[in-house]
Amino acid sequence: MHAKQLSRIAVQALIVLAVAGLLALLATTTASHLAQRGIRSGFDFLLEPAGFTLGESAIPLDAGDSTLLAFAAGLANTLRLALPGAALALGLGVLVGFGRLAEHPLVRGLARAFVNAFRNIPLLLQLLAWYFILTDLLPASDAALRLAPGVFLSKSGLALPWWGEAGFEIPEPAGFGIDGGARLTPEYLAMLIGLVIYTAAYIAEILRAAVEALPPGQRLAALAMGMTPRQTFRLVLLPQAWRAALPPVTSQLLNLFKNASLAVAIGYPDLVSVAGTSLNQTGRAIECLSIVIAVYLLLSLAGAAVSHRLERHVLRGGVA
Amino acid sequence: MGTVLAPIRRRLFGDALSTALTLLVVAAALVALPPLLRWAVLNAVFRPDAAACTALDHAGACWGVVAEKARFILLGRYPGDESWRPIAAAGLIVASWLAVAFGRIGGRAALVALALPPVVAVPLLGGGFAGLAPVPTELWGGLPLTLLLTAGGMAGALPLGIAVAYGRRSKLPVLRGLLTAYVELARGIPLIAALFVASFLLPLFFPDGVALDMLWRVLIAIVLFAAAYLSEIIRGGLQAIRPGQLDAAAALGLSPWQTQRWIVLPQVLRAAAPSLANSAIALFKDTSLVTVVSLYELTGSLGLALAGDGEWRPFYLEAWLFIAAIYWLGCALLARISAAIPRQP
Repeated sequence: MHAKQLSRIAVQALIVLAVAGLLALLATTTASHLAQRGIRSGFDFLLEPAGFTLGESAIPLDAGDSTLLAFAAGLANTLRLALPGAALALGLGVLVGFGRLAEHPLVRGLARAFVNAFRNIPLLLQLLAWYFILTDLLPASDAALRLAPGVFLSKSGLALPWWGEAGFEIPEPAGFGIDGGARLTPEYLAMLIGLVIYTAAYIAEILRAAVEALPPGQRLAALAMGMTPRQTFRLVLLPQAWRAALPPVTSQLLNLFKNASLAVAIGYPDLVSVAGTSLNQTGRAIECLSIVIAVYLLLSLAGAAVSHRLERHVLRGGVA
Repeated sequence: MGTVLAPIRRRLFGDALSTALTLLVVAAALVALPPLLRWAVLNAVFRPDAAACTALDHAGACWGVVAEKARFILLGRYPGDESWRPIAAAGLIVASWLAVAFGRIGGRAALVALALPPVVAVPLLGGGFAGLAPVPTELWGGLPLTLLLTAGGMAGALPLGIAVAYGRRSKLPVLRGLLTAYVELARGIPLIAALFVASFLLPLFFPDGVALDMLWRVLIAIVLFAAAYLSEIIRGGLQAIRPGQLDAAAALGLSPWQTQRWIVLPQVLRAAAPSLANSAIALFKDTSLVTVVSLYELTGSLGLALAGDGEWRPFYLEAWLFIAAIYWLGCALLARISAAIPRQP
């Protein structure tokens, strides 16, 4: 074995020792702090009653249910927000992106204003504004706005026709509120609107950049072959731009999942806010935060795997 | 005249779809603009007069809320008779951004000009020397805190990001593996989770007797979080350097270290400037999240200023627009810096 190789191994062994030593030091310090504060550690609290309920929950939850179920409900709330959010953001983003590339000057200007306004204001600030609008400026539920037959918007949220106990129900004003159908809370609506608009602004910009980065010869050649501008865009520019845009767009959709954690600021009970509540009640910071980190890492891995498959599919020419 | 207007007319009224879109946009503007103008200007109250604002009943904007609450929103809970210090700190940081964005500073000088003001701002805000009254970090807030977290976060994250990017090109698989794990971990979690770690876990890690203020713990979290993203940008830049550059440098007799220092890194930073600026913009906006761990920067101090005040709280939207405009201007300024960095000094 060469001396160079030996020294490399020695250096790496030192790094491993240093990292292990640091971790051991952190572990003993942490253990002594926890002992001083009388906090037990371990994941056994997950099976004990949570002792709290959530403002809303995709999984029905009582205070007597286990903490594990509360975490699951938090995760379900995150998914209930982020999955439709990702679909809507993609749709709106593509629409605004097309607007950004349109020949029509007014449409282009509007799309540009949309992107500039929503990309340059912090998402948290936007969420706070949507929440204020939905809870303070809207009428009370006895004077709800009727957006469409059976669709009512008020301080207490959005009422929609949906399947209830009595089959398919259409909401109707009744006394001081609205009866029947499904209800989306202001917290959920504020999160959904904010996340969709913010992410859409980014997706629109990615799409525009991808089309404009194509060599100009592509467009000229298509026009020279007698294609109309619209055919050129749809058949020549867009399929190529999709390939360039796909990785950054999927990364934006993953960002939407991560940004769903801002729910804690307006009181929508997502995974992070459930972890925060549980942390405050049990004091088990390490356990609660490692659950959050593990779940998000798994979501990121899953997202990366999906986007990898999509990219391979697109690169093979699957999208036209 | 007709020939000049012809292409515009074609784009606005060229076919049925264009005409329909033009009419739609114009109609929407006619419906929306007059009430907006009435609300924002004609009916608006500009004096900090709560009674007049309440009498408006939202028929007009109450810009008075900005005049009434400006000090609190912009400076947070910082002691009132020491206001010049946060103003000077914020002024320093903004001046450095303006100087790089619009001045003639470029290259290395620009990086130094951007990194120095947050370092100066800390003793200025903290005091405790030369007759400056000490002000604990819990009281720092508003715009100076937003700027300090952004400029300080970037100043800490860039060197760390460069080091991590080089480390991931090392020949030592253990080092590469550890750094890759760190980068993927930081990029996989939301910033809020990192801030919770800073808030709840970091104090447990420090030995007895060492207590770091929340501000420093949050800054550590921000630096570690941002450095992971920056290291990916730098790594991409390093991969884009053609091997011929290294050969040429070696042929000129430059040592490997000199090659990196004078040939490779300047090119990488120049090429990465737009991406680095995007990261700075993202961080500038993300500093708003520190409000969840009770640091009251611009967004947090807006909430603090209005939350307990029933008289002014109804005019949240007006105060909100004031803050939003500040963030918007900050983002525009940082975007201009990305164009300035690649310039030769």
